[in-house]
Amino acid sequence: MSPVYDRVKELLIDKFGVPADEISPESTFEDMDLDSLDLVEFALAAEEDLGVRISDEEAEQLTTLSDTVALLEAKGAKVS
Amino acid sequence: MSVSRLGTSAVLRGLGAAVPSRVVTNDELSQRLSTSDEWVRTRTGIAQRHVADAGTATADLAVEAGARALKSAGAGEADAVVCATTSPDRPMPATAPEVAARLGLPNVAAVRVDGGCAGVVYALATGAGLLAAGVAERVLVVGAEIMTRLVDPDDLGTAVLFGDGAGAVVLERGDADQPGAIGPFDLGSDGDLADLLAIPAGGSRRAVDADAIAERANFIHMDGKEVYRQAVRRMVESSRNVLEAAGLTVDDVDRMVGHQANARILDAVGDRLGVPVERRVSNVARYGNTSAASIPLALVDADLRPGELVLLTAFGAGLSWGSTLLTWPDLATS
Repeated sequence: MSPVYDRVKELLIDKFGVPADEISPESTFEDMDLDSLDLVEFALAAEEDLGVRISDEEAEQLTTLSDTVALLEAKGAKVS
Repeated sequence: MSVSRLGTSAVLRGLGAAVPSRVVTNDELSQRLSTSDEWVRTRTGIAQRHVADAGTATADLAVEAGARALKSAGAGEADAVVCATTSPDRPMPATAPEVAARLGLPNVAAVRVDGGCAGVVYALATGAGLLAAGVAERVLVVGAEIMTRLVDPDDLGTAVLFGDGAGAVVLERGDADQPGAIGPFDLGSDGDLADLLAIPAGGSRRAVDADAIAERANFIHMDGKEVYRQAVRRMVESSRNVLEAAGLTVDDVDRMVGHQANARILDAVGDRLGVPVERRVSNVARYGNTSAASIPLALVDADLRPGELVLLTAFGAGLSWGSTLLTWPDLATS
């Protein structure tokens, strides 16, 4: 997987307490037990960490982790 | 830890609070709203809130908290009253003169500060300014709210969040190295985002007419997700600014008293600042979001020790935000 995927996976493990074995490209936020506010926090964390802004509307459309990584990469997310 | 800040300063001398006796639990709210105790707790950390009865107004709570703060300061009077509130008794006049008069302080300088949930930090800065300007020797700063009157009882996004209460502190002029010294202040605003958290009708922009009532425009409307994001960002930035201005770092902070809006916002702010969990003060579970009253209510509950460096940070409608630092004094509280 891509560096952005790896970084997002780290964020989910470190900041949201998602067990590593529950994270795959097909995982949905629902699968990972993340609620609507977690999604807001995820967007905020992604903005701080990867330098791209996901709007609330975009965040609401996201389902799987691979969608999320694709959106972040399309917006020019960089792993530093 | 020791903080050395030269010069004169406002010094905190007294603290008091008052909340209405009636407690409304999440279960009680769930009887008329499609929510549950578990839903509210996991998203907000709120378990209950105190709610004023129909006969109680904001000034009533402010007077009670103010009297306790003056007593705790060992002072019978103050020569200025600054009252932070978003929920005044009436649109006109300001609530502060009535609070002053009822506390037996006739003719003193008295003004309302309207800084939303950040109001009490603005009011503390205002009080410090009145002392520095030589207008007053002792200032009573009150944050008092009956927010439950401003929320749409049928709006799940806000009805579960807010509660009622008041808290007050007494400020006197002193030296910056004394216990109780407060400052510096970091204050800011972003009026471009005013609509994120607003009561659309009831001011000069829009009357409360039949259409406004039908649209519920006389109640608080909040874009919760964007407010959440902004709250975290602004409280973190403002806290860093005030620490930098004081020449301190987050390691110097013994306790963080953030505006008690939502436990998850407080955690997000504390995590980003690097304030350890045990240093974060939270009583949002018991009171909900009491807007301008939340920080003084939290100071009462925090069990602070003399000499501790306390970081105050708040964010609210406006958007407005503010932070300050204070060295906790040895206080008698009630």
